Amino acid sequence: MRWLLRKDLLILGRSRLLVALLIVYPVVIALLIGFAISRSPSRPRVAIVDETPPGATIQVGSERVSVGQYAQHLFSQVQPVRATTRAQAVSKVKSAEVLAAVVIPPDIAARVSSATRQAELEVIYNGDALEQAIVQSQINAALAQANLAFSEQIQRAAARAIDLLLRGGNLGALGAPGNLIGLEEIPPLLHRIIARTPAGADRASLERVATFAGFAAQNLNISKNVLATVGQPIRVRSTLLRGRRTPLNTFAVVVAVSVSLMFVCVLLAAGGLALEREEHALGRLVRGLVSRETLLAEKGLLAAGCSFAVAFAMLAGVGAFVTLDWSRVGLWLVALAFGALAFGALGVAIGALAREVRAASLLAFLLSLPLAFLALVPAGAVAHGFYDAIATVSFIFPFKASLQALDAAVNRASPSLGLSLLHLAGLAIAFGVLARVGLRRAE
Amino acid sequence: MSAALSVRAVSKQFGELQALRDVSFDVVAGELVAVIGPNGAGKTTLLSIVAGVQPPSSGTVSRGPAEVGWAPQQPALYTRLSVAENLELFAHLEKVEDPRAAVERMLEQTGLRGRAAERVGRLSGGNRQRVNVALGLIGDPPVLALDEPSASLDPAQRERLWVFIAGLARAGRAIVFSTHNVAEAQRYAGRVIVLADGRMLFDDTPAALLREAGEPDSGDLERALVKFLEDRASSPEAGAR
Repeated sequence: MRWLLRKDLLILGRSRLLVALLIVYPVVIALLIGFAISRSPSRPRVAIVDETPPGATIQVGSERVSVGQYAQHLFSQVQPVRATTRAQAVSKVKSAEVLAAVVIPPDIAARVSSATRQAELEVIYNGDALEQAIVQSQINAALAQANLAFSEQIQRAAARAIDLLLRGGNLGALGAPGNLIGLEEIPPLLHRIIARTPAGADRASLERVATFAGFAAQNLNISKNVLATVGQPIRVRSTLLRGRRTPLNTFAVVVAVSVSLMFVCVLLAAGGLALEREEHALGRLVRGLVSRETLLAEKGLLAAGCSFAVAFAMLAGVGAFVTLDWSRVGLWLVALAFGALAFGALGVAIGALAREVRAASLLAFLLSLPLAFLALVPAGAVAHGFYDAIATVSFIFPFKASLQALDAAVNRASPSLGLSLLHLAGLAIAFGVLARVGLRRAE
Repeated sequence: MSAALSVRAVSKQFGELQALRDVSFDVVAGELVAVIGPNGAGKTTLLSIVAGVQPPSSGTVSRGPAEVGWAPQQPALYTRLSVAENLELFAHLEKVEDPRAAVERMLEQTGLRGRAAERVGRLSGGNRQRVNVALGLIGDPPVLALDEPSASLDPAQRERLWVFIAGLARAGRAIVFSTHNVAEAQRYAGRVIVLADGRMLFDDTPAALLREAGEPDSGDLERALVKFLEDRASSPEAGAR
């Protein structure tokens, strides 16, 4: 095997384009992912045109809420780019300087204060279906957050106004009486007066007023809670069933590294074995010089070794952009090694079927791409039966198991690393056997 | 003289297809034996069984793969390696005692010393075929099996290759080769084996085949072969000779 390995390394070293691709590809992928993760705005860039007059307020009972605060809430949810006019905002959207523009109309305060006409914002965006979907989800989320924060402010103002109605007090600068009686104080006051009033029509009227005041105070008290419930009718409490919460950026790293591990390993193993056929050397080798098992093991191990080195370099490279737990590096290496071995076995199984390198590479590429895609389809995203089919395909090929092993090693995600390693070992043996059978049949 | 190679009752079946039927012959040291016949006769199958590339369905070959040098029809070489690197690799795989000396010897014999460092992919077809044969000889086997060694070579390259092969036979190697070029068999082989539909129909000298077909000794062996096969087709009960 030593001489075969030496020969393959010599050939690999002389295939400059292939070596360049093997080195450049993961570096480029690592850099792209790293930049995309670390430099991408977590909040969308949005142009905001605030057409409301300075100092505009919304009247909530005796309270006033500044409209400018709504813009402030919106600013906190996006990367705001100020635009003075709608035309300027449209221009920024067209030039892709911003993802979208939000126009806060001048009559927003009047509409909210009227409580009869709903206030409206204008969202301006551009682009293809994908960009539109992103804008809709991101802008809607930002506006929902801003709306929620603003409605909480209005709720608080309304609650203060209700408190004043219930308990009385000083209304402040609105020119109202200085010491207003609260609704809750009226029934005891009236009962004291009723006690001193002789029976008759006046007393009966006072008793009706006292009963009404008591009823009103009781219900007005409840309305504060009703306001809070209407503002945010349902709160969300999340429960994760398995594993720990995985940050999206480290999961993206794991996906990128797994994809590179698969492509480099499967292409190398399949191409390496097909090369023996293309050079007509297979017959010469297997007539007693090298056993078929040794030949398959050599190709698989060479591909696994190269892809292992490339994938680890990539993981370490992306580590410059994303915080990874380096104390778990031993587990990363184990996960990468098992993944590489399983991909190596898959690669030689593909190579055993192909007569030339180009056919093997094409076959490897055509098989690998959908495997990566299918493994990332989340449960519930497609029909139940179709998902079962996807899960079966993902189970019998090594990509998903490799992704889960690396995710467990890097992010402590579930299923456990041991389970994924066992799965990968099983797949490596199964594809090794398939490769052996395929090689015999192809001869 | 004892046989350097004995093939006894070799048959080969591929599914429904009977590629070889009960083929037997001997080759002695220094003999150059040509296997001729129409397309699909079983020539390549016979040579690959002799070389140990594939096992027979039944029958025996007296030599194991390690004792038979093999040069397939398509040069089995690594085109990105140099001539010397190809020779060195197979010298190691053949577990030759002194690989470096074996490489030197083969470079000398093939006349490729001046091109030892050149990548095989840049060699002419004739030189590639020389390296192909040299790889078969690297383990110094007593028997050499060559499958259509001169196919796709120009006349000058063919001539040089046959001079080289004839020299190997003179040095004492038993050589079995298949060819479509019957004139080559007439010119270089001491014996011809005629195969058709997997059956061995003839095993004797080229002159005997000419006589069998009613041609004069100086006649054309290709014409004689065609006539011989036509005669056999019209009287299939005739046995091999």
